[in-house]
Amino acid sequence: MTTNTQKTDATTQKTHATTQKTDVKKQDSMSTPTLAPHQDAPTGHKPDGRVGGGLFDPKQLVKSLPDAFRKLDPRVMVKSPVMFVVLVGSVLTTVFSFKDPGDWFGWVISAWLWLTVIFANLAEAVAEGRGKAQADTLRKAKTDTVARRLLKDGSEEQIPGTDLKIGDLVVCEAGDIIPGDGDVVEGVASVDESAITGESAPVIRESGGDRSAVTGGTKVLSDRIVIKITTKPGETFIDRMINLVEGAARQKTPNEIALNILLASLTIVFLLAVATLPPFADYAGSHLTMVVLVALLVCLIPTTIGALLSAIGIAGMDRLVQRNVLAMSGRAVEAAGDVSTLLLDKTGTITLGNRQAAEFVPVRGTTEAEVADAAQLSSLADETPEGRSIVVLAKEKYGLRERHQGELAHAAWIEFTAQTRMSGVDVDGRKVRKGATASVIAWVQEEGGTVADDADTIANRISEAGGTPLLVAVKDDKGARVLGVIHLKDVVKEGMRERFEELRRMGIKTIMITGDNPLTAKAIAEEAGVDDFLAEATPEDKMALIKREQAGGKLVAMTGDGTNDAPALAQADVGVAMNTGTSAAKEAGNMVDLDSNPTKLIEIVEIGKQLLITRGALTTFSIANDVAKYFAIIPALFAAVHPGLDKLNIMGLSSPDSAILSAVIFNALIIIALVPLSLKGVQYRPVSADKMLRRNLTIYGLGGLIAPFIGIKIIDLLISLIPGIG
Amino acid sequence: MSSVLADVLVVTALIGALALVHRPLGDYMAAVFQSKNHLRVEKWIYRSVGANPDAEMRWPAYLRGVLVFSAVSVLFLYLLQRIQDKLPLSLGFKPITPDQAFNTAASFVSNTNWQSYSGEVAMSHVTQTMGLAVQNFVSAAVGIAVAVALVRGFARSRSRTGDLGNFWADLVRCVIRILVPLSVIAAVILVACGAIQNFGDIHSITTLTGDKQAISPGAVASQEAIKDLGTNGGGFFNANSAHPFENPNGFTNLLEIFLLLVIPFSLPRTFGTMVGNVKQGYAILAAMAVIWFLGVVAVTITEYAHPGAASQLAGGAMEGKEQRFGEGNSSLFAVSTTMTSTGSVNSFHDSFSGLSGGVLLLGMMLGEIAPGGTGSGLYGMLIMAVIAVFIAGLMVGRTPEYLGKKIGTREIKLAACYILITPALVLIGTALAMALGKGESSMTNVGAHGFSEVLYAYTSASNNNGSAFAGFAANTEYHNTMLGLCMLLGRFVPMVFVLALAGSLAEQKPVPATAGTLRTEKPLFTGLLVGAILIITGLTFFPALALGPLAEGLA
Repeated sequence: MTTNTQKTDATTQKTHATTQKTDVKKQDSMSTPTLAPHQDAPTGHKPDGRVGGGLFDPKQLVKSLPDAFRKLDPRVMVKSPVMFVVLVGSVLTTVFSFKDPGDWFGWVISAWLWLTVIFANLAEAVAEGRGKAQADTLRKAKTDTVARRLLKDGSEEQIPGTDLKIGDLVVCEAGDIIPGDGDVVEGVASVDESAITGESAPVIRESGGDRSAVTGGTKVLSDRIVIKITTKPGETFIDRMINLVEGAARQKTPNEIALNILLASLTIVFLLAVATLPPFADYAGSHLTMVVLVALLVCLIPTTIGALLSAIGIAGMDRLVQRNVLAMSGRAVEAAGDVSTLLLDKTGTITLGNRQAAEFVPVRGTTEAEVADAAQLSSLADETPEGRSIVVLAKEKYGLRERHQGELAHAAWIEFTAQTRMSGVDVDGRKVRKGATASVIAWVQEEGGTVADDADTIANRISEAGGTPLLVAVKDDKGARVLGVIHLKDVVKEGMRERFEELRRMGIKTIMITGDNPLTAKAIAEEAGVDDFLAEATPEDKMALIKREQAGGKLVAMTGDGTNDAPALAQADVGVAMNTGTSAAKEAGNMVDLDSNPTKLIEIVEIGKQLLITRGALTTFSIANDVAKYFAIIPALFAAVHPGLDKLNIMGLSSPDSAILSAVIFNALIIIALVPLSLKGVQYRPVSADKMLRRNLTIYGLGGLIAPFIGIKIIDLLISLIPGIG
Repeated sequence: MSSVLADVLVVTALIGALALVHRPLGDYMAAVFQSKNHLRVEKWIYRSVGANPDAEMRWPAYLRGVLVFSAVSVLFLYLLQRIQDKLPLSLGFKPITPDQAFNTAASFVSNTNWQSYSGEVAMSHVTQTMGLAVQNFVSAAVGIAVAVALVRGFARSRSRTGDLGNFWADLVRCVIRILVPLSVIAAVILVACGAIQNFGDIHSITTLTGDKQAISPGAVASQEAIKDLGTNGGGFFNANSAHPFENPNGFTNLLEIFLLLVIPFSLPRTFGTMVGNVKQGYAILAAMAVIWFLGVVAVTITEYAHPGAASQLAGGAMEGKEQRFGEGNSSLFAVSTTMTSTGSVNSFHDSFSGLSGGVLLLGMMLGEIAPGGTGSGLYGMLIMAVIAVFIAGLMVGRTPEYLGKKIGTREIKLAACYILITPALVLIGTALAMALGKGESSMTNVGAHGFSEVLYAYTSASNNNGSAFAGFAANTEYHNTMLGLCMLLGRFVPMVFVLALAGSLAEQKPVPATAGTLRTEKPLFTGLLVGAILIITGLTFFPALALGPLAEGLA
């Protein structure tokens, strides 16, 4: 994807991305900026670069119309049993209308039945259309590249990218498009991965470690790397992405199949109810025409959900794609809704990733300000996040102006090393050191100074609270002495506690995974409000934890990026691999997060739930609708022979023909009316199952019962205005 | 005391008695089916049929047991009727015709007890006691056994093999430890209250007007007890529980209603106990009770309010009802008998007003689940619960699960097939009869009411109820055969799906409940379940009901 194509996309899709925000406002209001990478762009990420989601544009309907007609092919239609019945019905009524061309009623009903089928196809086409646009931009990235294959003797040959085999070594230099997926085996390079992630800031890829994976179609910006190809052409990440977003690889998910079976069985029940009606009606003295029977059948079978079912599934995957998550199967998306245990890495997910100075604690006989001053001085040259945070704290809390290194021209900076475990500065006859407790105490004693007796106590207290103590010592004209302790603390991201409370209400247990010691882990776990933690975690521990949870029947989701995460990712029910991770991790997981944001897991779970809720809600709505349709059609059919049945015409519909027609029209229009809902999904709130059920039952059950009474009545009123009817 | 007050008191007493009994009885039944011991008499039976009662069966084996046992029962019963004149105590009755013998055999084995004959003028003592009465016990026990197998499917968590228990043990225990003791107690009370119990000959008496009348004797009280307790419904006399020998007074009337409701209303407790969560049982019980109670209220009110000068003078629509029982007791009995799969009657449903007849029809169309037949009520309700859980489960954002078991593709396929069977039988059966003119020729009435008679017959047979709209002339070769087929298919095809579902559930490892799990023990779910049942059934049968009872009742 070039920047240009992104732009053109962005102009049409911008509005959608903004409406998307209100759509998911609940999640967003709860989340910190880091939780919603789409909404903030500090890294230069273009939120509008991808195909917009949320509400749909009515223009999409027009654009997808040709596809909707193409889908009329019976071989395609038969996959949706409900809509196939409608198609057969439309053919039948049309045939009967040809036999009796003077009957306007037959023609009008036929027309609306055809429209019902078209509307259903349109819903699916619109859902697919959004993926197609994205696939096109991806295809542009997948231009046929020329690979520079490295031969055994060290020479290069030029071959088409499509001829590469697994295990081939290829060379890429600045400006080259990487010809296939692989691992860097030699060199370091900055790579532009915007074609895949939409993220324009280049990333570093280097041989060895967890940053070695490169993706075909991305562009090397600097330096030279040698890549070992790990995927066959045609099966690369970008190929799979295209297939996924286009829906070509879409298979019905287990739950979708189950729902389809239920809908098919309801269809058969209603088919029976309608097919057995003619003998009953004949006895009553009323002859039912084929057109009327088909109209009744189509009104009764669950066409609303039948028409929208596949659109809902496609849109669910699409919503993930909009959040830059690629699900390798729809099954994984459904599983996400069922997850009951979330494994979250502490660093980067729960905490900001770096320890920060929280306070300066003086030993007896010194003041906080003295500690702050010395700490700041010793940290001026310290470019680590910890060091910066000390300077920031000193400035914010004690108003100490940040001194620049240049102001201290003759200062000697002492770098931190693994051996000394201290850093500091020697300036104007003053030596300042900060570092690990034992090292600093040793230094003070070496310099002939004394160590305040409470230094150790303070340091221990900080450790126990889960923090990291840094001793600050100074040697000046008063001799060497410990001044105090800097309290470094893991900072829990804002809003995480609320987030975990939400998850708890949803019935999801959160487990924090960390390499810290149990004491530190416990303190952070308590502060963040997670349910449990796994301290000093090794990949084996992680794996054991997942298996233990699964043995209890729970579904586990986790994120990971390293090669040693791969077994756990494969074992987890939902394994989200970070795009920055190794190819092994990406292979093992069933989703890939292109933003490499571990907090995304929570959103993935919510999308999974939203997908299932949308299906359930529309099924309920569809079935509840039938009640009103009966009240329209039954009196219309039989009030002539059994006048008492006219009492069932509680809507007061103007004539039998108009009643049946109104029901059929309502049935068709409701599909179009619900397309936006099926694409954006039913609003999801993280509340308990009871509350959610009550809410959805009220809206879609009760609403589904009442809405058609109103809708059919309105349509009937409009129809009765047409002269010659009613 | 006004009759309305009396009716309220009767219903209150009935509900009170059921509330009192369902816990101990339900727990007792759970204990029976979970017991590891065998009584001596049970061991004899197992040895004589060559069954190993401790062998666990997977669902195909369990199903085989059900089908083989029932097939043998049908054959035996058929033969018995065909040769009853050659056996002792024949009372001089001729053998039953082939079509009627088939119909009756199918009827009693399928726990329907539809009778196209009049017991007192057709069936010998041997046929009644060795054939029909035995089936009253075992057909009820088969239903309970299948329900227990389904409950085990939910309850068993670690049995990856899908074992469902042993059919022979369940069948024998149900008869020996539950049905026999209870019916002995009930029979003794009935005899004490005036029901007859003898093996005498027919008395011929001269009535006041000088006519000759034959008074039939028989083991009535014992058959009456199991007829109601096992939700069978086949009366000793044609008049069924309206006959004073079967149902002598108001107390026995209440007792009989109690008997036909007590096992179906206690089984949810058994279910709750066996799955280790009695609240789940209460949710099912509540759904059954709500529907039953709505039915009682609807029919009673309609009957009292029946318009027309004659019925207004009589204080209600009294045609076809016993003066001894009146409106309230008749309505209560009628609803209870159609909503269980009993089919015994103390009044003639044909004579109920159009709308009441519709409610009685609907009660059967619901699939006999509120509270339904012995066993069949529970498994029917659990299947509906599976469907309701599937839709509701989606609405809380998880792939649906019930009692920790996932309702996936296979489970929903089996449940969906189950709910197809009886509507298909009812609608196709009625439509064929109407299309072939067989319906019209058997009607006593014309118009919508005549149609109701045909619809009622096929609904009653397919749902294994057995009650009839009395006007319908069922003893024709066509109806005997078709109704017999409806009864057999309506009984055993659903059982195939129930047992397959049980097997599939038993193989699953349960999912632990969390705050995100749908709470199926809450009133909200019960409400949803009731709503789903009423809407799905209502939608299926609305056109047919509109042309019968609704057309008549709204006219």
